[in-house]
Amino acid sequence: MNDILKAGSCDVAIIGGGPAGISAAIELKKLGIDRIIVLERECEAGGIPRHCGHPPFGIREYGRILSGPAYAKKIVADSSLLGVEIALRTSVVSVGQGGLLSIICPDGATELRAKRVLLATGTRETPRSARFVSGGRPMGIYNTGALQSMVYLKNTIPFKRPIVVGTEIVSFSALFTCKKAGIQPVAMLEEKSSPTVRWPISLAAKFFAVPLHLDSHITKIIGHDRVTSVRFGNGHGSEKEIECDGVLFTGKFIPESSLARMGHIDIESGTGIPIVDQYGRCSDRTYYVAGNIAHHSAEVAGKCWRTGKTAAGWICKDLAGQLM
Amino acid sequence: MDNTQIEKMDNNSGASVLLADADVAIIGGGVVGCGVARRMAIEGASVVLIEKAADILDGASKGNSAILHTGFDAPPGSLEWKCVQDGHAEYLDICKSMKLPVLKTGALVTAWTEDEEERLQGVLEKGLENGVDDLRLLSRTEIHKMEPHLDSSVRAAISVPREYVIDPWSAPLAYLLQAVENDGKALFNAEVTGGDFDGSHWLLKTRRGKVRARYVVNCAGLYGDIVDHAALGNSEFVIKPRKGQFVVFDMAASKLINSIILPVPSERTKGIVLFPTIFGNMMVGPTAEEQDSRDDASVDKDVLNMLAEKAIKMLPALADIPVTATYAGIRPATERKEYRIIEDTERNWITLGGIRSTGLTSALGLGHHVHTLLSSMGASFEKREHVVTPTVPNLAEHLPRDCDEPGYGEVVCHCEMVTQREIEAVFAGKLPAGSLAGLKRRTRATMGRCQGFYCSARLAELTEGKFEIPLGVGDAHE
Ligand SMILES: Cc1cc2nc3c(=O)[nH]c(=O)nc-3n(C[C@H](O)[C@H](O)[C@H](O)COP(=O)(O)OP(=O)(O)OC[C@H]3O[C@@H](n4cnc5c(N)ncnc54)[C@H](O)[C@@H]3O)c2cc1C
Ligand SMILES: Cc1cc2nc3c(=O)[nH]c(=O)nc-3n(C[C@H](O)[C@H](O)[C@H](O)COP(=O)(O)OP(=O)(O)OC[C@H]3O[C@@H](n4cnc5c(N)ncnc54)[C@H](O)[C@@H]3O)c2cc1C
Repeated sequence: MNDILKAGSCDVAIIGGGPAGISAAIELKKLGIDRIIVLERECEAGGIPRHCGHPPFGIREYGRILSGPAYAKKIVADSSLLGVEIALRTSVVSVGQGGLLSIICPDGATELRAKRVLLATGTRETPRSARFVSGGRPMGIYNTGALQSMVYLKNTIPFKRPIVVGTEIVSFSALFTCKKAGIQPVAMLEEKSSPTVRWPISLAAKFFAVPLHLDSHITKIIGHDRVTSVRFGNGHGSEKEIECDGVLFTGKFIPESSLARMGHIDIESGTGIPIVDQYGRCSDRTYYVAGNIAHHSAEVAGKCWRTGKTAAGWICKDLAGQLM
Repeated sequence: MDNTQIEKMDNNSGASVLLADADVAIIGGGVVGCGVARRMAIEGASVVLIEKAADILDGASKGNSAILHTGFDAPPGSLEWKCVQDGHAEYLDICKSMKLPVLKTGALVTAWTEDEEERLQGVLEKGLENGVDDLRLLSRTEIHKMEPHLDSSVRAAISVPREYVIDPWSAPLAYLLQAVENDGKALFNAEVTGGDFDGSHWLLKTRRGKVRARYVVNCAGLYGDIVDHAALGNSEFVIKPRKGQFVVFDMAASKLINSIILPVPSERTKGIVLFPTIFGNMMVGPTAEEQDSRDDASVDKDVLNMLAEKAIKMLPALADIPVTATYAGIRPATERKEYRIIEDTERNWITLGGIRSTGLTSALGLGHHVHTLLSSMGASFEKREHVVTPTVPNLAEHLPRDCDEPGYGEVVCHCEMVTQREIEAVFAGKLPAGSLAGLKRRTRATMGRCQGFYCSARLAELTEGKFEIPLGVGDAHE
């Protein structure tokens, strides 16, 4: 077990080793706050970029174009040069009053008391279940995050001819991943009458030869073991059925704020985003947020990086007694 | 040689091979079949359970409300009532030694309209008649004290202290495991397609080979009538599948209720219930929808919306809680409401049909009932002197989980805190998971808020080569 975890106390605990968390850690070190730790539940730090095997990452931070995994490696390496400690395989399972964290790691369960805590746990896509989509529950139904980690981390694919639902930026990213992995989506569906992001999606759909259906929502997912087809309609009674072997639900991001929700920290009704003041402080003022947990949609890594840095600045001032 | 080894070898042979020769063959690995297998193994019979799917719990038993009923609302004096009461008592007897969890929630039968309030008295009387003597009529103040988040429009309620919540998947797994540990056998991917009785023994035909047995117990649930037709040439009942849909709310909702919130039951159904799960969630359901298909457990957007709205009406604070999952289960109902127990004493055959909406509770009671019926058919077994009692890993949220014990490797499913060690153990055990669904039911993996967003990739890797229907369908680079 890491020294800080053994000691059970620190100045700042950062939950989440993605771009936002790492950037905050680097900035805190630079500002001279030494007793800090990044708590990351995965076996590797870096967050979502670890499995976004495509550019462009790093333009804001490094002025060059990197792929997601290269970017993830680079931010982790940079932080380690500054002496940032990242405790891997370390899950924060609950947050308590005044910065008391319950932690589970392979060495055992433990508690950490931090003077300040930064929640940098990111965001995820809304799964099929929470969208109330009709039909069976066969295999082959995924989010982009799962698809990308399968493709880029494990070199495997969950389907070959899926239907892609959604037209956000991440949907574009999903088309890219499909192309790279040899997956040919058979259709792209959007409930609204125009795509969420306009030019890249229509362009991408054309480029990847994926027919884009607007005004379309799934009326039934069909299949016993695996998905075999999907029925969709335009709400005016006309229905189509397309054969496919999977459904990829993209976007509709929800912040990974369950620690706050399960704990004592106020969240915005509806979005689930922790409520913060002008310094990014939560209702329990020992807690701060940075990165995609604080956003309605998934912002790019560069922006999350910046918010991590900003949060570090406020935390530093706060620890010095300079915040009200 | 253990059972899994035998199975793997069998897999390569033709359909004429003899897979097993036992005293009692049990058709169907739903909760009822597992309960019967356990009882008969304990009573000293050699048992073989034959399941058509790759794992147990592929039918009605995969999607229920997980309530351990007291039988307070069962038809008085019925076999269902008896088996529910026996099952309830035996579950509480064995749960400690088998490490099966119980959440002692109690239930409230709640009345929301004048008419329902009037019917409460009848519920109370029926409960007393059924020997459930701890029912109590609660005042509104008492209800509010017990369930402060419940909408204030609730008019009255009856408390049923011994209605509990259990783990609907670990229980049957434990039952079958106990049968297997006591020299029983389980065959998977072995649909029974017919059979012949020679006056003393059955020779059952399955997709994988034959099974010889002196007695057969048909526990095929949703296919009970079809199996009777195939083997006996006729069936005394017709399965009328009745679907029930559910909405599962985020774990944050579990703070909002303590008990199972039941409606006043009607003749046809127990109605839509709001209840905590043993996994730390809160659920609403099930509906009762007649349908033709025996295996189409589709969910429907409008129905799910209706359920969520209904739940929010009863528990307004739910409006702010996200939905984690949705699913449906199918009850093996028949054209009549009672259990359909068929004894063909000439042909050593018993059918446990139409175990519609209380089978999770009554399975252990049905085990005893089968033992009694077989004895009256002349079967006699020497009760085991030494009964092996296996335990199952705990999945209940309120008890220590695998991740609380150091050395688990890594957490694979973060939402449900499922460890690598737990997943590996599933494949090392005597009843390894045969499908992804089976793995989920043994561990909770992917059942949480993200529904596989974070862990699908790692699961694909950990389960490679284990399932007939794998997560990955090819390599990522062409
Ligand atoms: C599918 C998908 C594709 C995307 N594609 C792109 C793209 O192509 N380009 C781009 O710029 N952005 C992309 N994004 C946006 C992406 O979210 C950001 O790039 C960036 O990763 C956000 O940084 P973050 O630090 O806020 O969160 P994340 O990168 O998500 O990092 C959060 C970290 O917190 C950890 N964590 C969470 N909960 C706990 C806990 N309880 N205990 C311990 N650790 C915890 C997680 O394991 C994770 O490592 C994508 C997002 C998604 C979801
Ligand atoms: C929505 C819902 C809610 C419920 N809530 C509760 C509750 O809260 N408490 C409670 O006690 N009960 C509850 N129940 C009832 C309970 O789930 C059922 O009574 C029980 O699952 C019936 O089990 P079974 O073993 O008879 O049937 P099944 O589970 O259908 O098992 C039959 C098995 O036989 C196999 N099979 C079929 N044909 C063949 C063949 N030819 N050869 C080999 N194998 C075959 C199937 O694959 C299946 O695995 C609920 C049920 C539903 C649907």
